[in-house]
Amino acid sequence: VDNDAAGWETTGATATIWRGDQPVYDRGAAICVVGAGASGMTAVKNLREQGFAVDCYERETGVAGAWNWRHDRSPVYATTHLISSKPFTQFPDFPMPDDWPDYPDHARVCAYLERYADHFGLREHIWFGTEVVRVEPVEDGHWDVTTKVGWRERTSRYAAVVLANGHNWAPKMPGFDGLADYRGKVIHASAYKDPAQLRGRKVLVVGAGNTGCDIAVDAAQHANRCWHSSRRGYWYTPKYAFGRPADQVNDRLLAWRLPIWLRQWLFQRELRRTVGDLTRFGLPAPDHKILETHPIVNSQLVYYVGHGGIQPVPDVERFDRSSVVLGDGEVIEPDLVVMATGYLPRFEFIAPEVLGIDPDGRPHLHLHAFARRHPTLFVAGLVQPDAGIFSIVHWQTVVIAKWLRLRETDPGRARTFWSGVAAAAEERYSQAKVKDSTRHWFEVGHLVYLRALQKALGELEGAK
Amino acid sequence: VTTIIRFAEWADPVPPVRREVLTATPDLDEKKPPVLFVPGFGHGAWAFAEHWLEHTAERGFPAYAMSLRGHGNSGDAPGTTLRSYVHDVVQVAAGLPRQAVLVGHGASGLVVAGALARYPARAGVLLAPVLGGFRMAATVALGNPGGMVPALFGGRLRPGRSQLFSRELPATAAREYAGRLGRAAARAQWQLLAAPALEKPVGDPQMLVVGSPDDKIVPGPVLDRAARWYGGAPLLFPGMGHDLMLDARWAEPLNAILDWLEKPSTP
Repeated sequence: VDNDAAGWETTGATATIWRGDQPVYDRGAAICVVGAGASGMTAVKNLREQGFAVDCYERETGVAGAWNWRHDRSPVYATTHLISSKPFTQFPDFPMPDDWPDYPDHARVCAYLERYADHFGLREHIWFGTEVVRVEPVEDGHWDVTTKVGWRERTSRYAAVVLANGHNWAPKMPGFDGLADYRGKVIHASAYKDPAQLRGRKVLVVGAGNTGCDIAVDAAQHANRCWHSSRRGYWYTPKYAFGRPADQVNDRLLAWRLPIWLRQWLFQRELRRTVGDLTRFGLPAPDHKILETHPIVNSQLVYYVGHGGIQPVPDVERFDRSSVVLGDGEVIEPDLVVMATGYLPRFEFIAPEVLGIDPDGRPHLHLHAFARRHPTLFVAGLVQPDAGIFSIVHWQTVVIAKWLRLRETDPGRARTFWSGVAAAAEERYSQAKVKDSTRHWFEVGHLVYLRALQKALGELEGAK
Repeated sequence: VTTIIRFAEWADPVPPVRREVLTATPDLDEKKPPVLFVPGFGHGAWAFAEHWLEHTAERGFPAYAMSLRGHGNSGDAPGTTLRSYVHDVVQVAAGLPRQAVLVGHGASGLVVAGALARYPARAGVLLAPVLGGFRMAATVALGNPGGMVPALFGGRLRPGRSQLFSRELPATAAREYAGRLGRAAARAQWQLLAAPALEKPVGDPQMLVVGSPDDKIVPGPVLDRAARWYGGAPLLFPGMGHDLMLDARWAEPLNAILDWLEKPSTP
């Protein structure tokens, strides 16, 4: 892949500005989108729908980002499947086919995203194999974006930037005592691709998020033995409840405006009646009510615990040279430790203060999308909703595109909107009181969050 | 204002059905947008397969005609409403290789208007659109009480041949077409009577309203009103009946639509 000068000229970047000894290609009113995963693609589509020229940069050679298993940084493993049913997962304006199952697997999701790119003709706006290395603010709210292909760098000037670089590609490794000297094999879940890696091994899976539970279930079927370490008790939401996909039932109750405590009572009662007391299986009792943390959707975990395939164990205390000491003093000797301890959002190409990133690495954004000090800088897809993310990021980027349009068509109303953004207090978009709010700052409840987006969209579209 | 909160779509998805889609592909891919024809109540994909599908492909547009659930060779499911038909159209449109032009005839004008509020089409065309309402139903029923009144009680809409076709169409053809008509779901027919409000299309597509001032089901003022709502004027073909795609001079409105799609101002 090579962006030679001739190819570049076709984008209309003719006027060249000089920054020191470096040329800057002026892309005029065009907007830059960083990343061509689900979030970046829907940003490209919705910005183009509002009439903007868009350049999208993608360091991989294909679309679909994390969902494309061909990509080096894709966290996808063979048994990855959706945990929100189709109506919550699909883009609202591009439904998944009727003949697909309720919970498609990762290969279908990837195919869906590739079809989205083809259907809306997005690929011609994406520069593949091109990494963004710097995003810097310049005068008039414009941005200098430096991209790299191989060793060649190029800087282009844009009217706005949408960062859609994803948050599931930089592994977060926990710092356990003795881990450095441990002689067994330790991998992060990002390196787990196929159940064959587990075959014939004694496996310890650390972490009870959705990935940790999936890998424990894989290990129950393929490994010689599986310990599953979780720090605390969780509710394991089944994929089906009351005869329907569970998330559809929940939203039916939301539509009926059932209060959160009543929904919690209903779901906890249903789980107690069907699954029963989790402590009977050796799992810790949940230390919170259902719907208070990001849901762990797994119908199979409790099933395999009940069949002895998974042995639930407490938190890891420390690692010795050849064994692992657990919180209750038990010593186990796994051959393979899989750390399903999550990922960290990373924005290395932009100065932290520009995005309002605090020392913990958390950007402080309005609506999880608007940089508070820069009206032309946005982040798309940096949320972890209790539903699918595609529809949420679709509406985020619709709001962003309409905001950028309003700045041009009605500066007066745009000023009013922006003063609201600048003055808005930081919010948690959740109905329940959320556990561990510092660690899970980008978790949102889909309904509360979408209502906030609806309000913003209403202000932008105005009473026309 | 665009609606984001859509409980019905999330919590209560429309039951899936198998759908009939007929296709005519141009010999050369000229990168023209696909055109999806959606026949109105009682009609199936066959109504467009008769003349329009091939002609559209000959002009270089990949052409598709679908049957709504319960029509033509599509499957059926209980509880069909206008929303189910809108779902059918969006499903087929999103399944096409590229962003499509949606063309809805008769009551499917309303269905396509609903689909356009969900799916960002390349452009939208409403052919003799039946937008519903008591007054319109009463006017049509006066001309053909036997064919219209039973629908009030959940029966079948049975438009007369003289309402669908001009006299130029040979009687044998008119009889054959009328004999192939099926029926729409009773609830959808009742919903039509209530004249649901038109929704704003997403993605701001170019819109065109086409019809005939001599259409005995959708008279000129209705066409004017529909076109005005989308900010334009209707394209009129005097002397033709309601079923523009089957009537004797079927090529004229189709060529006008395809010319309009080829104009540079149309995306």
